[in-house]
Amino acid sequence: MSGLALIFRRELALSWAGGGGPFLALGFYIAMASLLPLALGADPARMASVAPGFAWLVLALASLLSLERMFERDFEDGALDLIALGPAPLEMTALAKGLAQWIAIAAPLALLAPLIVTALGAPMRLAPIVVICGLVGGLSFCFLGGVGAALSLGSRRGGVLIALIVLPLFTPPVIFGAGAIEAFGVGLDWRTPLLLLSAYSLAAVALCPFAMAAAARNAIS
Amino acid sequence: MFQALVNPDRFMAFSRWAAPLLGVIALVLAAAGLVLDFQAPPDYQQGYTVHIMFIHVPAAFMSEFVYACLGVASFLSLVFRHALATAAARAAAPLGAGFTLLALITGSLWGRPTWGTWWVWDPRLTSVLVLFLFYIGYMALEAAVEDEAKAARAAAILALVGLINLPIVHYSVVWWNSLHQGSSLLRAGGPAMPAVYLAPLLLMVFAYMAGFGALWLVRIRGEVWRRRAAVLAMRAVA
Amino acid sequence: MISAVSIEGLGVARGDRPLITGFNLALEAGEAVALAGRNGAGKTSLLRAIAGLIRPSGGRVVFRSGDAEIPPEDAIARDAHLIGHQDGLKLSRSAWDEVLFQVLWSGGTAASARSACARLGLTNLLGLQVRKLSAGQRRRLALARLAASPRSLWLLDEPLAPLDRDQRAVVGELMAEHLAGGGLILAAAHDPLPVTARPVEIGG
Repeated sequence: MSGLALIFRRELALSWAGGGGPFLALGFYIAMASLLPLALGADPARMASVAPGFAWLVLALASLLSLERMFERDFEDGALDLIALGPAPLEMTALAKGLAQWIAIAAPLALLAPLIVTALGAPMRLAPIVVICGLVGGLSFCFLGGVGAALSLGSRRGGVLIALIVLPLFTPPVIFGAGAIEAFGVGLDWRTPLLLLSAYSLAAVALCPFAMAAAARNAIS
Repeated sequence: MFQALVNPDRFMAFSRWAAPLLGVIALVLAAAGLVLDFQAPPDYQQGYTVHIMFIHVPAAFMSEFVYACLGVASFLSLVFRHALATAAARAAAPLGAGFTLLALITGSLWGRPTWGTWWVWDPRLTSVLVLFLFYIGYMALEAAVEDEAKAARAAAILALVGLINLPIVHYSVVWWNSLHQGSSLLRAGGPAMPAVYLAPLLLMVFAYMAGFGALWLVRIRGEVWRRRAAVLAMRAVA
Repeated sequence: MISAVSIEGLGVARGDRPLITGFNLALEAGEAVALAGRNGAGKTSLLRAIAGLIRPSGGRVVFRSGDAEIPPEDAIARDAHLIGHQDGLKLSRSAWDEVLFQVLWSGGTAASARSACARLGLTNLLGLQVRKLSAGQRRRLALARLAASPRSLWLLDEPLAPLDRDQRAVVGELMAEHLAGGGLILAAAHDPLPVTARPVEIGG
């Protein structure tokens, strides 16, 4: 277990501090949100109707931004070899990387999300559900994204490729999260979609490390 | 049968006559299916547009069937590291993407007279679209990783991740559609097929399967030749 | 504790191209082997195959402790160092953070990391970012885990390339102590190792 703690501390330090940490994703989120009224016109009623879905979608996009760094740095500087020969199996390392990514990127995005939703004109009472969906769905985004990041090791144009691989996989969490937020807004049953989102995220946390480890092993072989 | 095919030389000997045979079968079945189809009366609701269904429905079926083949080949390639399985996975993806594209285009053509619009976010069309994106991602990954052997394994892992995800994507899209009942006259891809159409439709499905089998074998043969050529080139250098 | 490694008919391929076929080598406790061979002969791939990173195309590697066989995964995960061409250091982090991680990860302690760094003359550099260090200093940081984390089998790929003569002498002392304590060294090196080593030629 100390191996896991060690790698988790390191991953957290690297994803939090390395190359701007969460600020890149947060900046992207704010910039995209500020373009929405410019593209759609600032009519409050119209903005309010699309704000929750838009904010949720851009949160998913923003979590793609720093995926490339998840495995590639360790791959390029040889640290992945060292990590592969350590006390914890690569699956554990993948789990640690996913959780670190979640804390450093997904959680800050989730905490910013209610601000974005409200600024775009949706009612303030959506805030709690938006944060919860961001935190829960963020697990899916980070772990599925980690699979894409590990798979695209050793490729040309990593970043775009990761997005292309990962975005179709985002379909279920995007649907369930948007469904929960919308249902909460109009007073319908929001627990079912939130439960579906949670189930999907838990499955992603449980299964994706195996795919990440297999992909990383393939890349360093 | 399986044992025999695992040996590349036997596979090449088998596919040499099996591929053209399947091709002929596909053409005969398709011809029979189309003749039966056009002898049938126009549908009382859909009119002549019902004929599009005989191209569309088998293509939509094949789009998922080929992904299943891709998944099985990828699994065999990952677990047994067999060159033929790797070649089969590689060869299947563009065919599957082709069927999926055909399903999308014909679905759109059918939708125009039926629903009055080229595209509707109906759950079936939407999940077929996501499936198409799966194929695109698979092919992009396969093409982008520099080392060919690593590219094949990475793509195989992605295919398995996709295979696990597809039913969930499908379920989530159906659920999503039930939430947004805005445009609700269209459920589940259209009304049920009357029995007159069943025989030609089945013939078309079998024709597509045989056609896919023929093209798949041809493409696997191409992969095997390409690998052999690479090995020979390597020997010439060494 | 690995006390012997025997490589039996090992084959390594890159894609469809066989690099090494039928390679045999027996390595006993206290022994160093220097792998020689032209560039591209497969020295790096051979070391990575022994470390289990590359799947061999044939043959096997057996790790023994006394008379008992150790499963290769356990042997590698607990008792082998692999130091490759790359140092595995993050440029943006401090030298101490990085060396500490490498040492703890391979089974050492903070105290042993500190004393290994002192031996390699790195103590004054530990507060600096890795980015500011020279190639030789970075390599010594990576080598610190050899001294700080006791593992029996050292797989080294051109370990001395960026080092000057004095530094090579220090690494030579480390190697000599390791061998005297029953360690095993398998190194790919163009230059002679600073300890007595049995030369083995690979490739034609």
